[in-house]
Amino acid sequence: MTKLLSYTDKGTWIHRLSGSTKLIFFLLWCVTSAMTYDTRILLIMIAVTVILFALSKTEWRQISAVFKIVMFFMILNVVAIFIISPYQGCSIYGSKTILTPFLPGHAVTREELFYLFNVVIKYFTVTPAIFIFLVTTDPSEFAASMNTIGIPYTVAYSVAIALRYIPDVQGDYRRIRNAQQARGIEMSKKAKLSERIKRTSSIIFPLLFSAMEKINIVSNAMELRGFGKKKKRSWYAYRKFQAADYIVLIISGAFCVWALWFTFRDGSRFWNPWG
Amino acid sequence: MQNSQSDTGLPIIEFSDFSFKYRAQQEPTLQHINLKVRKGEKILITGPSGCGKSTIVHCINGLIPEALPGEMSGKLSVCGLSPEDAGIFGMSRHVGTVLQDTDGQFIGLTVAEDLAFSLENDNQPQEELFRKVDEVAHIVGMEHFLKHAPSELSGGQKQRVSMGGVLVDDVEILLFDEPLANLDPATGKTTVDLIDRICREQDKTVIIIEHRLEDVLYRDVDRIVVMNEGKIIADETPDELLCSDILAETGVREPLYVTAIKHAGCRIRPEDHPQHIESMNIEPYRQKVRRWFEETKIPKKENSNPYALQIEHVSYSYQQGEPVLSDISFHVRKGEMMAVVGKNGAGKSTLSSLVCGFLTPDKGRILLNGENIAPLSIKERGEKIGMVMQSPNQMISKPMISEEVGLGLAVRGVSQEEITERVNRVLTICGLYPMRNWPVSALSFGQKKRVSIASILVMDPEILILDEPTAGQDFRHYTEIMEFLKKLNTDMGLTILMITHDMHLMLEYTDRAVVLAEGRLLADDTPARILTDEVTADKACLKKTSLYDLAGKCGIPEPDEFVNRFIGYERMQREAER
Repeated sequence: MTKLLSYTDKGTWIHRLSGSTKLIFFLLWCVTSAMTYDTRILLIMIAVTVILFALSKTEWRQISAVFKIVMFFMILNVVAIFIISPYQGCSIYGSKTILTPFLPGHAVTREELFYLFNVVIKYFTVTPAIFIFLVTTDPSEFAASMNTIGIPYTVAYSVAIALRYIPDVQGDYRRIRNAQQARGIEMSKKAKLSERIKRTSSIIFPLLFSAMEKINIVSNAMELRGFGKKKKRSWYAYRKFQAADYIVLIISGAFCVWALWFTFRDGSRFWNPWG
Repeated sequence: MQNSQSDTGLPIIEFSDFSFKYRAQQEPTLQHINLKVRKGEKILITGPSGCGKSTIVHCINGLIPEALPGEMSGKLSVCGLSPEDAGIFGMSRHVGTVLQDTDGQFIGLTVAEDLAFSLENDNQPQEELFRKVDEVAHIVGMEHFLKHAPSELSGGQKQRVSMGGVLVDDVEILLFDEPLANLDPATGKTTVDLIDRICREQDKTVIIIEHRLEDVLYRDVDRIVVMNEGKIIADETPDELLCSDILAETGVREPLYVTAIKHAGCRIRPEDHPQHIESMNIEPYRQKVRRWFEETKIPKKENSNPYALQIEHVSYSYQQGEPVLSDISFHVRKGEMMAVVGKNGAGKSTLSSLVCGFLTPDKGRILLNGENIAPLSIKERGEKIGMVMQSPNQMISKPMISEEVGLGLAVRGVSQEEITERVNRVLTICGLYPMRNWPVSALSFGQKKRVSIASILVMDPEILILDEPTAGQDFRHYTEIMEFLKKLNTDMGLTILMITHDMHLMLEYTDRAVVLAEGRLLADDTPARILTDEVTADKACLKKTSLYDLAGKCGIPEPDEFVNRFIGYERMQREAER
């Protein structure tokens, strides 16, 4: 089975960073990317993520499937923008240079293409950052660091425990689906969609019953070992802040401030190469 | 061991005239229990399902009444505390519980984190966590697996982690709730050994709940407490208890060698120490056992039916280069009842997935009634080969019994009249007809199991494959399910293939067993021969049956024939009862 988007320890300095550092970096990165439409900033950000991607030794097969899904939505997004507001770019950049008439009311303009290009590269600044975060952060270490930045440990632990039992539920799902298929409940593409939706219940209910059985056992087991006994708990997987963490935080904070200053110094979040 | 009952020291656990009734139940589950356990004692509590043995554990660790409410009377003191007042957290400092379900109990994402779980909850500093985890990992022998995820561990290893997870707390009392239920015989043996070592070296008081008596007795226990219907009916040393008939009367399986000696007409005496066959004084019984062996004649039966299923040179691997099954070949004749055995991960489930079509073999072919089944879809195979999963909860999807049983027919477009007729017929066979309009949720586990079998039988399969049909069942339910399957086998001529690591099951109910070990076919022989062959038993993580040792000690030259006659004799007895 392929381990999709799951943590694999490759021992790089990015893996060794604290989960909170990576979370804060990721949040700053998203904010910056969401705020700015300055193409120069976005291109710098893409360059940085590509470098980080390589440094973290993330492999293509770890992320390819999800990456394709993201690409699909990106294309959907771009097409939708063009259909709904074909002259959005013109109103932003204050000029209208028609390159080729396409459909009535939907001429292709230089400005719109440039605007869409900006939308596309925004995707490319954020998506690899998510992937890097997911595949380099140990889930339990992440739970620990969420707790240390102020999130209650019951909430933080529920994340870890969900990750712990996902493979079990997947296994159950596979076994149940197989058994029901053998009884003749066709779930493959041969059956009609409406039939398949109706028959999903024959998998969902056994899956729920098995899960409920399990939840009961797990919650008893957790209580027997004192979960929830104290207001605070310590974490085996907790990683202390190292110099590298502070450096990363300072650099990303500084970059975020600079990028936003650079973007907004002329009062607009867009960079107009023609203006 | 002999003076364990003497009154030295105060009891660490004391039940006096203790009764308990669960809120949802009519009858009290525990009635007037009087039980004392002294510090450092090792006690086995046994009895049929529903006798109240698990309830005793839950009273000691405080789950009752905090998580499982009900009414109680009488007194209970554990380490000088009342579990009712101290609550689950208060008791967790003194009592460690190892649950039956090693999977559900494994909470951490890795071994180290799971071992540390209880210390983390106690908010102990991280250096302390590291130190204690290393220490405990060493005690339970998991020090090389600290970074492993639960999915990378075997059942036995997970159980070691569970034990370590309660040992970190430095508790005084260890409770084991059916520790052997999900383990193959060889792993069970090491578990019993480890419990024994922890009890002695760490000076813990140990209570084991288990109905696999012979396996627990592999190492000494001080006392055995037998429960039935909420009452304690015996509290004796193993040597005394094995000489009485209490076990047989309550439906707990005696060690096989004890049963065999009793079959031979002997009355066992405590002074011969029947607790272990290795150290038992067999002298007074030898003659009678030999005579019984020579006089017992069992009918021989040969099955010369055509083949129902042929597995020919089948290989399969999930990942290239790591074959799960390599070059497996064997045949199943029509009307046979046989077992596929081997330890967890030996490839048993993969084999059944290949037969059912959930997976496709890399090499080789599978024939059903002489025809290759490769072109058949899962659904088409499902009409001829019925697969019953281990837990009925993994199969049941409809709220009503008759609806659940008829599901396979309904999706095949069979007419409503025919469905009703066939469902009723199958429910009658399964003894469920009177309950046909009940909701599934009202049934016991054993009844649910029968519903899941009925829902397969309704499609008139030729072959029935069952995955661990008796897992987690006590002797009474085990017998009930197995007798039911035997009836299907003899009355309807159904071919039955059981995937199991229960040696008793294969000994008592099958005529032939296929042994898998590390993806290879190790043996295809009678169960008696497999379980008396040390090399095969070892490789497959099975355990040589104690009957083999008995035969050896009695000077019987053909141990496998001895086992054969014992099984044959027992079968004749069961048939006479029917």
